[in-house]
Amino acid sequence: MTQVKSLADLRRIKENLQGKMSLRENSNNPESLVQIRVAMATCGIASGAKQVMEFFIEELDKRNIQAVVTQTGCMGYCFAEPTVEITLPGQAPVVYGYVDINKADSIIEKYIKNGELVDGIIPVNYETIQK
Amino acid sequence: MAKYKMHLLVCGGTACHASESERLLDTLKTIIADKGLDSEVQVIATGCFGFCEKGPIVKVMPDNTFYTQVTPDDAREIIEEHIIKGRKVNRLLYLNPESKEHVSDSKHMGFYKKQLRIALRNCGFIDPENIDEYISRDGYEALAKCLTEMTPQQVIELMKKSGLRGRGGGGFPTGLKWEITSKSVSDIKYVVCNADEGDPGAFMDRSILEGDPHSVIEAMAICGYCIGASNGLVYIRAEYPLAIDRLKIAIKQAREYGLLGNGILGTGFNFDIELRYGAGAFVCGEETALIHSMEGKRGEPTMKPPFPSVSGYFEKPTNVNNVETFANVPVIINKGAEWYSAIGSEKSKGTKVFALAGKINNVGLIEVPMGTTLREVIYEIGGGIRNGKKFKAVQTGGPSGGCLTEKHLDTPIDYDNLIASGSMMGSGGMIVMDEDDCMVSVAKFYLEFTVEESCGKCTPCRIGNKRLHEILDKLTKGNGTMEDIDRLKNLSKVIKDTALCGLGQTSPNPVLSTIDNFLDEYVEHVTEKKCRAGQCKALMQYTIIPDNCVGCTACARNCPVNAISGERKGIHTINQEVCIKCGACLEKCKFNAVVIK
Repeated sequence: MTQVKSLADLRRIKENLQGKMSLRENSNNPESLVQIRVAMATCGIASGAKQVMEFFIEELDKRNIQAVVTQTGCMGYCFAEPTVEITLPGQAPVVYGYVDINKADSIIEKYIKNGELVDGIIPVNYETIQK
Repeated sequence: MAKYKMHLLVCGGTACHASESERLLDTLKTIIADKGLDSEVQVIATGCFGFCEKGPIVKVMPDNTFYTQVTPDDAREIIEEHIIKGRKVNRLLYLNPESKEHVSDSKHMGFYKKQLRIALRNCGFIDPENIDEYISRDGYEALAKCLTEMTPQQVIELMKKSGLRGRGGGGFPTGLKWEITSKSVSDIKYVVCNADEGDPGAFMDRSILEGDPHSVIEAMAICGYCIGASNGLVYIRAEYPLAIDRLKIAIKQAREYGLLGNGILGTGFNFDIELRYGAGAFVCGEETALIHSMEGKRGEPTMKPPFPSVSGYFEKPTNVNNVETFANVPVIINKGAEWYSAIGSEKSKGTKVFALAGKINNVGLIEVPMGTTLREVIYEIGGGIRNGKKFKAVQTGGPSGGCLTEKHLDTPIDYDNLIASGSMMGSGGMIVMDEDDCMVSVAKFYLEFTVEESCGKCTPCRIGNKRLHEILDKLTKGNGTMEDIDRLKNLSKVIKDTALCGLGQTSPNPVLSTIDNFLDEYVEHVTEKKCRAGQCKALMQYTIIPDNCVGCTACARNCPVNAISGERKGIHTINQEVCIKCGACLEKCKFNAVVIK
């Protein structure tokens, strides 16, 4: 094991672990971060939601965007799978349908980075009972 | 490096260990490996989450799901439902006792809402056996900052300004203690960590060492730098095997990283830590007795002065601090004295960890800012009294403390307020009592403890406490007189004034505070021979109400001493001379004919 000889060494260890620990750190205050929910029911997984979720996790990390990526159950839009719900801090959630890797890429670049809406939004057509 | 998309944090504290959390951890790992998910889901054993009442705890990150009372048999369901399909397992979520709704997220649990975790910042969040996880939470940065950017005097000034006071009970300002030890001239000095947690029901030090051992190691090194010591010793009781294991692992890792040893962080500073085991004597929490025990002598206290800061371990200047005190130090250095002193009350800064126990819904480990009221702690965090009973008293400070009652509920908790109310902070045990607790018996319980734990060196403690216990015993048996109550008070004062060390000086506190607050109960035991809580067996009488008795003989058949007589279908009676008051008749009677008087 290498020895820690300076503050810089310590910081290096810390940075190496950042990706791993940020998953735990961020989940303590998800409100302040970009939240991405990938519908991962049978229909979602069959249409490739798993790859999309992995893409989000890896790419957001590479592009240095702090976000919480979680999976959820079926959103009901089985016709449009994989579906992904994105909540930017302080904004209403937006649901995108037919999200493949390319779509995910433009969602990150356009919507998450700049707030520009991307094609393929599924309009909200129901109400949820507020708890 | 594998990119995990989920972390499963499983509590690995002693309480959860006792409810099979280790087997749960293994089961989770096995199933995850079977399903081929081991590159996506990481299972981590952490320190105590504090919510011991509902352990074992499993927390799923990143969605912050908080599962309670998880058994190894539940592992498969969590993985198949939650991890694979994304559906939370409702039945394992925490159930809000008032709304009867499941709470999925720990942030919305009353237990966590009011807490501010500084000393417990990493407990239940990191893997205590992995130094990298500690470093990623700013670990060892405070040490680096001290060694490279600050002089020892500057660090001491910062500690003094922060207002941190000793968390072991005494409340002595930590910075001042460090300053005194640093000014003592000697070739060798020692830093000692007091991990001899002895109060019944207190387990904060154990939990910190189990959940975040590196924070204590780092702080000891900082202390060593300030006072000019290169030797650290942790005095820990042998009854804490898990804490010892984790501490040993942590020390080994710190040595491998060069964070303990010679030339730490490329500077000329040397520091290393060894462990010393205690055999679990209460008096060895007192610093002079602790030092004697470490030297291999009998664990007996000596007169102060000289204070250990001047002459301690093998007559060398020794700085003794408690585990929780140390756990606060790295954060204070990283975030600054102003940040820390903004938390808490005027004379007590920062936060305090309390071990909630007794007749309370959420038994566990909590950390709140100083100045939080007892009501907030008991009702909002603790979830109120068990089974809807009425609150009677809360005992703080262990065998050295006292009982606080209803009228103290809105007192902000800090060192000085607790002393003014007739109790003390102690190490932070909080035992909640309800209407079923007899205060005379409570005082007797604590005296039994101090009689047992007295080292026997000074007369007031050895003989005085024994006499106190005898008088209390007499009262609970219904043989007390009014003079006995006065005798208790006088004797208590004498012991307080004349005992040699903290143990004896504080041991009458439970007696004095219960007499102060519950004098009517003492008087009842004497004049009416009555115990309103129904705890003093000798004062109870089981009788049969003739009108309710149908002569079923159930009581007579179950009486272990044949004290009940009566014909079948005739009225039964209990022979009080023979009755041993076991309560079997009361339990068996289906007609409410047996009553306690």
